[in-house]
This record gives sequence, structure tokens and C-alpha cells, in this order.
Amino acid sequence: MKLYCLSGHPTLPCNVLKFKSTTIMLDCGLDTTSVLNFLPLPLVHSPRLSKLPGWISKDGTINLEKELKDCAGRVFVDSQPEFCLPERELLDLSTIDVILISNYHCMMALPYITEHTGFTGTVYATEPTLQIGRLLMEEVVNFMERVPKAQSATCWKNKEIQRMLPGPLKDAVDVWTWKRCYSMQEVNSALSKVQLVGYSQKVELFGAVQVSPLSSGYSLGSSNWIIQSHHEKVSYVSGSSLLTTHPQPMDQSSLKNSDVLILTGLTQMPTANPDGMLGEFCSNLAMTIRAGGNVLVPCYSSGVIYDLLECLYQFIESASLGTTPFYFISPVANSSLEFSQIFAEWLCHNKQTKVYLPEPPFPHAELIQTNKLKHYPSIHGDFSSEFRQPCVVFTGHPSLRFGDVVHFMELWGKSSLNTIIFTEPDFSYLDALAPYQPLAMKCVYCPIDTRLNFHQVSKLLKEVQPLHVVCPEQYTQPPLTQSHRSDLMLELQPPPMPYRRCSVLNLPFRRRYERVYILPELANSLVPSEIKPGVSVATVSAVVHSKDNKHTLQHGITEVKVEETADGHILHLQAEDTLIQLEEDGTHIVCDNNEPLRTTLRDLVLRFLQKL
Amino acid sequence: MPEINVTPLGAGQDVGRSCILVSIGGKNIMLDCGMHMGYNDDRRFPDFSYITQNGRLTDFLDCVIISHFHLDHCGALPYMSEMVGYDGPIYMTHPTKAICPILLEDFRKITVDKKGETNFFTSQMIKDCMKKVVPLNLHQTVQVDDELEIKAYYAGHVLGAAMVHIKVGSESVVYTVSVNKYAKSHISAWIDKCRPDILISESTYATTIRDSKRCRERDFLKKVHETIERGGKVLIPVFALGRAQELCILLETFWERMNLKAPIYFSTGLTEKANHYYKLFITWTNQKIRKTFVQRNMFEFKHIKAFDRSYADNPGPMVVFATPGMLHAGQSLQIFKKWAGNEKNMVIMPGYCVQGTIGHKILNGQRKLEMEGRATVRLLISFALTKRLIHVGKLLACVFCFHTLQLDVKLQVEYMSFSAHADAKGIMQLIRMAEPRNMLLVHGEAVKMEFLKGKIEQEFSIDCYMPANGETATVTTNPSVPVDISLNLLKREMALGGPLPDPKKPRTMHGTLIMKENSLKLVSSEQALKELGLNEHQLRFTCRVQLQDPHSDPDTLHRIYTHLKSVLKGYTIQHLPDGTVMVESIVIKVSSSAEDTNAKVLLLSWSYQVKHRHCPCSRLSKLGQKHNRLKT
Repeated sequence: MKLYCLSGHPTLPCNVLKFKSTTIMLDCGLDTTSVLNFLPLPLVHSPRLSKLPGWISKDGTINLEKELKDCAGRVFVDSQPEFCLPERELLDLSTIDVILISNYHCMMALPYITEHTGFTGTVYATEPTLQIGRLLMEEVVNFMERVPKAQSATCWKNKEIQRMLPGPLKDAVDVWTWKRCYSMQEVNSALSKVQLVGYSQKVELFGAVQVSPLSSGYSLGSSNWIIQSHHEKVSYVSGSSLLTTHPQPMDQSSLKNSDVLILTGLTQMPTANPDGMLGEFCSNLAMTIRAGGNVLVPCYSSGVIYDLLECLYQFIESASLGTTPFYFISPVANSSLEFSQIFAEWLCHNKQTKVYLPEPPFPHAELIQTNKLKHYPSIHGDFSSEFRQPCVVFTGHPSLRFGDVVHFMELWGKSSLNTIIFTEPDFSYLDALAPYQPLAMKCVYCPIDTRLNFHQVSKLLKEVQPLHVVCPEQYTQPPLTQSHRSDLMLELQPPPMPYRRCSVLNLPFRRRYERVYILPELANSLVPSEIKPGVSVATVSAVVHSKDNKHTLQHGITEVKVEETADGHILHLQAEDTLIQLEEDGTHIVCDNNEPLRTTLRDLVLRFLQKL
Repeated sequence: MPEINVTPLGAGQDVGRSCILVSIGGKNIMLDCGMHMGYNDDRRFPDFSYITQNGRLTDFLDCVIISHFHLDHCGALPYMSEMVGYDGPIYMTHPTKAICPILLEDFRKITVDKKGETNFFTSQMIKDCMKKVVPLNLHQTVQVDDELEIKAYYAGHVLGAAMVHIKVGSESVVYTVSVNKYAKSHISAWIDKCRPDILISESTYATTIRDSKRCRERDFLKKVHETIERGGKVLIPVFALGRAQELCILLETFWERMNLKAPIYFSTGLTEKANHYYKLFITWTNQKIRKTFVQRNMFEFKHIKAFDRSYADNPGPMVVFATPGMLHAGQSLQIFKKWAGNEKNMVIMPGYCVQGTIGHKILNGQRKLEMEGRATVRLLISFALTKRLIHVGKLLACVFCFHTLQLDVKLQVEYMSFSAHADAKGIMQLIRMAEPRNMLLVHGEAVKMEFLKGKIEQEFSIDCYMPANGETATVTTNPSVPVDISLNLLKREMALGGPLPDPKKPRTMHGTLIMKENSLKLVSSEQALKELGLNEHQLRFTCRVQLQDPHSDPDTLHRIYTHLKSVLKGYTIQHLPDGTVMVESIVIKVSSSAEDTNAKVLLLSWSYQVKHRHCPCSRLSKLGQKHNRLKT
């Protein structure tokens, strides 16, 4: 059994597991941090960005004026932003049988894999994962296509040139594999390959392996996966949470007795307590509004935003923010808010009981009804005429490189009254802000990452006791910036097996047994004898039939074909390649030089003849 | 031989009061727990005393599964769990769990508050009963205990209706309510080819094969439109939840398209709530509705308004959806009586009507109806008082003073089977999908069932059962025995058949089955011996061949050796220093008799394990004889 690691990003994994005769891709994460190297895509013409000086190397030998721009002391690529794809050279991706998706953040690379590698398999995901994943893809495609950029910069990717560039461009890896965003058509085609599954549903793959998603508690429809045969079990843990937010709680007990547990998607903010961050978020928001400023919250259109809105729902009245307008701007804002209300089965118990009343499970329905929260597809259209300040705006993309957020950065960045509050943990906020410097606007960093932290995960592993743990190498040492914090790493016995991009791990597995089924006729003919108290033994001689990776045992001659002829019948014993021709006045046995079979058949025929 | 027993306590050759007991692999499961619309006495609930005469049912049932929220499938649930007594798990889907208590409460109100019955379940009992409910998700495999697992499939009958697959070991049963063949349009797959031992299906419309849904819809709209055009009123008796919502959507879009002005009303306060449920559980409706729900939620109606009792007397055309669906009581019956006398009006029955109800009578062409009502001093309000169930009357008639009222039915009566019960075609399709080994029909009229039974047995050549209430159908199953085979043994057997085993060419294998503490392991004989610490029993054969040879013993042996070497090509032949010749594992020794040194005795010895086919023994012994002859 082997594990191929195609992504180096610990929270946006993409691994391939070869198990028995199947090839299973676990998640299809797209590393979007690469976009931080690009200039933002403004929605309306930005004089500041268009006047940026081009970059020329100090000695003047390299001139990439058109492709690279110098902005606030850093060099950015002036091109449509590109993403860092999962490794495609490590193995033939067309041999992948199935892709298992754990949550909607971990499927963003799907179109690259399913559309351009000859993939012919099936993708498995829960319904919320599919629907919200589709929204997130749609949103990114929309952000990109709204402001088409003719230029596609490639010269800077030349190895010789890249070496000469200033950091962080110089250190960017695999830049040649970076790709522009897919089209909506590719998204639709990729998602048409998704087969929906429910929690604890058992899906058979070719009769050899059974896979089953388990609730992971991280987001709507998020799942961990169990991949097992009758005797071996692999657990794949990705983006899980033990905190009580909106999704169904994590199913921990089903992870027990794993031979191997693949652990990815731990919190990216091990030192930030989500509850504390939420408090900070609210107080900063209220402070800015009271001072007459605007608040900008760059965020994804699904996920933590539901919790933020729920928190604000309770907070608005007590902080007397009842009259402040809250805006949610995204091409999929409406869909995201609507979809969140219809997945009752996937929500935590409290929210489920609300649906029985019947009331919408999330309170943002009420915020919308009372006009406190308004949503718009973009800043164009209705929003521009209805927009009042001071206000709070939730909008994407959290990288600040594309989407409506770029406009608000240009609009509000110059005033110290305004505040930008970062809640998404996926991007370093300093890097995100770099092309907007110098900024007068206040910056507050309260990343909310509800995924498991090291303390929770070691407790979990103690409980479920896997024989072996596989994890990204980042989890086996403390973070670079906090090298003294030995509590911010995994310490296990036996030590976890680390992987990095392009690793191929041989998983320690010894398969000893396989399941066969003894057909009832054969089972009845067995003669067990008790040789010790409680232990019986029977010898078995039988024929093994293997079909669809299922093995059955049955009696010797079973494959008999009967043919009707004009005068009687022909029996064909296929295994022995023997013909018995039965007719009114004669029987003809044709077989190879197989004396015992001939004798048996002869005796049988004679016995029947006597009876007649 | 293991067997599965199925006993209907209700719905056996009957419509209504679904309640089916299944015992499979030592587990007892109750499928549905419904009430009968046609009775108001003891017969309205299933006879639970069949399970046990005294006390609670908890010890006798492993779980209860409710297929959908119609009262004929869940109406007896609080009675069963709270009054008879059952504390085990009750499984139903989320929408069923949401809507079922509301219908139960409604049912309770009518029975207790309006009809004044006592000894009935209370609101608190409904709540307590619902606490025992475990919600089911589609396709989720729920492990009821270590052996019993259940899995729900989309059935598409009404919101939240499910088929259930019940499995113990390798035995299984599928129970399905009225399957809607349009269920396939739902995004989730219908049912796998799960080959259950028994498929239990409703057969309400066993003999009808309905034309396409679209045709029926067009027909329906045409009839409504014509009636409205001539100034008539249309009454559509429906049940509050289910097909009513679909018909509403149909009319709503039609009104929009045709720009019609005639009012559409929906009676009962439940409706608004019902529509709200549909909004929240939109993932359980069909794909068309789900796809567009963000732009426009289909369950927010513009043209359909709430009905008030006084509207029935308003002049001019109108369309009214009123409950209940079989015209046996309530608002639909009230309106029916008001409008029955005018031939311009129309009543459209969109679903099945149980025998005894007004709905059933008018569908059978009865044009004069005897209405019984509880007489009061003021005859004027007798209409209002006939509100609740009339046909039950006979029993009460002895107690109260009744008067009879003749009602002439002049309005047009139309029947449109919109109710989502399974028809013959749907059932046949389901059998094709699931490939059951046996079929069992419930919830249908005996005559119609008989027809379907014949059809199924003929077309699929499987046994079809239709037990009556209290009767048990027994099916013997023949499960295969799962065993763990050592991979070494399996691979060895596979290797014998060549590197790529030909799947069509079965391979023979020999092994030993070890049965220890509920585990069954199949290993090679050597491994079994090692594991169990046993010694192999050796069976040896020795055969003496007499021959005449004047040479000394070693010389004879050597001559045999060289001879064998020349004759037996392809076998390993060794001459060992201890005075034996080995041909493969066969030992050859020579000894001479004490009397005659020329008479040599050749000893051939081999053990049982030597495979016959490869064994040169027979040739060896023949050789010996030949040798003998040569010498003499």
C-alpha cells in the first residue's frame, strides 16, 4: 500500500492512496497562496495601480517592465492571478478510480484534475460540499472573468530569470505549473462527475474496498473518510473540529481501530482561540462604527461567515448597532445564505430542532427580513445607490487580490477611521496588504480557525489509537517562528510518518486475510470435528470463484451446461472439459485421459440405468 | 434453514393502518404504525396484543421504522409507544420527524376535542413519543445494534418518504411505501441492485397503469380551466401535505401564464406551515424545484390565498383545495355539500379513497347520498354538525337520535390519480431494480393484489406473498457463510491457475477451516496444524514387488536406479547412501529373502499426500513386474 503526496499545503491536501486494487485520491486542494505574488485586479480603473513602475534588475540586464511591477517596495506579477496546482507528474492521474472530497475548501483543484488528466472515475462528496463548493468555484470564476486581463506573464517564470528576482518571487516553487483559473464550463463538467453520499453511507469500490464519509464537524457537510476492506482500515482525517459551531458534531468513535490514520487539516492558527477572536472581532467592529468609520471583512462566502452573522445577530442590539447597515457582497451571496438554510440534516442538534418548528436554522434569515443585512451580487447595480456609510461590508476574496474587496481597499484604505478585520486564516495578512501600502486604515487580525489544534488532536489520537499516523512534515516540528513551542507539534509513539510534496510513502501494512463466502450447499457438507473445547476443524476442498473482487467457495463440479438436442441432452462439464451425450438408446462420455472421472461417471450412468 | 417471517398487523390485504412485523436473523422490526381512516373503534389501531398479551413491547421489538408521515403509517405511534409501551428506537427521516407530530396533534384534536373521545393519547404523549425518534438521513447506514443495520432511500411519495433496506448478516428485506416512479428524477440514486430476500411493497394502485404524469397534469389544468370559464367552482379535496403542494405549484404557474383572475384558496391553517416545511426541506423535493429555489422558492405562492369558511358562499368561480382528501369529514365535506347541487361545479378527486368514505361513493358513480347527522334541536345547523366522519355512524346511531338527509350529487366528479401511490408499473420497475428473491404485497385490496401477484409471478418467476392481517408469510433464506481465508492460501490457489487467473476457469483449493470463538478462518493444512499444535497423521503405503535377480542387494538397487533413470524422464531420482532410491518422495528399497537370495523383494513406499496424477507409483509397480519378466 502506497501514499503519493501531491500537495505540500497541510490544510489543502491532495494525496493518492493505492489500496488493494484501487487508486483513491484523497481531496483535491488548490493552493491559492500563490496569488499573493500578483497585483490586485481592480473592478474599476485604478490610477494608482496602472501607474506603477515596471521592474528592471539593478544592473539593468533584465527588463521585465511589462510583467513585473514595483509596488510599495515589493515586486508583483502584473497578470491574471495563478494558482499552484497539485503535482501532476508523480503518477499517472488518469489511473485514479475515485476522488473522495472532505470539505468544500478542499475541492477547488477538481476541474484541473478531472478535465485535463484523462480522469474517468467518480468523485464522492456530500450534498452541502457539492453545492457550496460549486458556489465557491463559481465565485472565483466570476471574480476573474469580470475583469479580464489580456496579459499572461510567463517570462519571469524562466528559471534563470526567476533566480535573479527579489523575494518572495525568487523563492516561489514550481512556478511553471501555476495555472490560471478554470472556466465555468470546466467547473460544471467537473462537478457532473460528483456522486452524492450521506454520512455513514457505505460505498463499495469494485467489491475490494469500502469507503464511508463521517461527520467531521468543521463545515456544512464536511467529512472524514474511512477506507477499509474486511481486514484493513485506513482513516483519512481532514479539516475536523470539536467546537460547537453550526455543523453536525464530529464522529470520533468510528475512527477507532485504524491501521493507518492520515492526518491533515489541523488549525493554521494554533495559538489563536476562536472564541477570543470572535470577541475581538465584535469589539473592534463596534469601536470603528461608533467612531464613524467603516468595517471591511474580507471573507469566503460560506463557512465562518455564518457564525460571524449569528454572533452579530446577538451582538447588534447589545452594542446598539441596530441602525448600522451590514452588507454581504458576492456573486453567490444570496445562494450561500439560502443554501445554508436547507441543509438541516447536516447541522448541529440545536439548529435541527429549529427546523422542526418550522423556523429557519440560521438567524441571518431574520437579519435579512428586518433589513439589517443586505446582500448584493456586486458593487455595481443596486448596491451603489443603496449604500450608506458607516457600514460593515463582508466580501471576498480574502487574498485581497481579486473580487469586490479590491474596490473597498482602494476606497477606504486612505482613512484611519476605517478598519479591515481579517478573519480567514488562509493568507498572511501582511502579505495580503502588501500591494496597498502605505495604508492609513486600521488592520485587525483575528483569524478564526475552528479546526483541531495540537492539544485536541493528541487527545483524539489517544482515544482512537491508530497503529500508524501519517501527516504533513509541518506537523512534526514546531512552527518556524515559534521554534521553542514543542507543544505546537505532534509527538507520538511510534513517531508519525511525515510527508511533503512529491513524497511517496510505503505504508506499513501486512495483509494476512481476505474474505471468502462458503455457499450454503458446501457449508452443509462440511464435517467439523472438535479437537479442543471450543475449537473445531473441518477440511475444505472446493472451487474458488472470483468475481468483482469477491471470492466464493463451492462444490467441485458446478459449471455444468445443458444443451438440448434432437434426441436428448448434452451435458458439458466445463471445468473438466468433458461431454456427456445422453440419448434414448445410448450414452456417450467424451473426456480427457482422466480415469477416475471416467470411472465415476460410468458408475453413475450404470446406477441410473439400473434404476430405470 | 434460517427464515424470515413477515406478519402484517394492519394493511394485510387492506388499505390503511399499515403495521408490519418482520423477524429476520433473530431481530424483530415493526414497519410503520398506522391508523385506519375507516374505523373509529378498536379496529382503527393495529392489534398489538398479537406481539404480547401483557405488558410492554420493548422486549419484543428491536426497532420501529416509519416510512412517511401519512396517518395510515404513523397514526398509532403514540398509542403504541406511550399507551401500550415501547421505549426502543423509532426511526424516521427528518421531514417525517418534523411533520408527523403536527398531524398526530391534529388527529388527536379532532378525536378528543371535537368528538369527545376519552382514553386517547394526549399532547404530552405525542411529545414523549417523538423523543424516542432517531432521525434518518438518506443513504446513511444506521447500525441499530451490532448485527442489525438499516439504510433509507428516497421514495418520493410525499416529503420525506423513504424506502428502507433492513439487513442482518447476509439476509435482507426492503420495505417501500408507494414508490413514485418519478423518484428517479431526484438527484440521489433510487435503489441499488441490493437483491433483498424479500421486497415488501404497497400495492394501492395494483391494477392501474397510469398514463404519463404530464398528460394527467395537462388534463387536470384543462378541466379546472373549463369549469372556471363557465363560472363554476372547483373543489379539490387533498391531504394537507404532499401532493397538494405540487398541485398548488401547477395551478400557480398556470394562473400566472394564463393571467387568470379567479381566486384559488387553500383551506386549513396547516397549509402555511406545510409550505414552510417544504421550503426548509427542499433537498427532499424533486430536482426541478431544487434547482430554481434560490431565484424563486416554489412554495411562496402569489395566487393562492388562505380560505375562510364564508368564502364558500361567494358568487363566481373559484378553486378550493380543502382537507381531508377522501371527503370523509371536515372542510372538504362541508364545501362539497354546499356545491354538490350545482352541475356547473366540479369536484376533482386527486387520490385514492378508502371504502366507506363519500369520496369512494361518488367515484363509484353514486349520485344520491344518504347523509347521517347527529340530530340536534336546531336542524338548521345540522350541516355543521355532520362535520366529522359520517360513515362510522352506525355504532353511534344506536346511542344518538339520527336523521337522514338526502343529497343529490349534480356536480361533475372527476378522478385523477395524482396521489403518489405505487401503480403496477412502478412496482414492476422497482422489482427490476432491486431484484428481490421474493415479493410481498401489503396495503392494497385483496382482489387487486391477486392480479398483481399473478403478474409478478409470471414476469419475474419469483414467489409473491400477500398475507392477511395476523397471517405470517415465511421465507427460508439460504445465506452463504463468510469466512476469512489466509491470503497466502488464496494467492497460492490463484497462482496455480497461472499468473493471470482466468475468471471463467474456477480453481480448486484445499484448506482447513478453523472454528474458534465465533471466528471462521480458512488456512492451509500446514498452517492449521501449526496453529493448533497438532501433529500430522501420516498415511503411508508400501507395496512389495517380488523379483528374481541374482545380484547382490546393492547391485540390484543400482540396476533399478539406472533403469529408472532411463525410463522416468523428468522426475528427480536419487540414489541415497543409506541404500534407498528416491523417486520424488517415493522410497524404493531392496531386500532379499533369507531362503532364496535370488528372490528379491522390492519395497515401494509413498505417503498419502502424493498427488495421484503426478504419482509414478503405478508405473513403478508395473515396471517392477516388467523387470521381473525380463529377468525370468
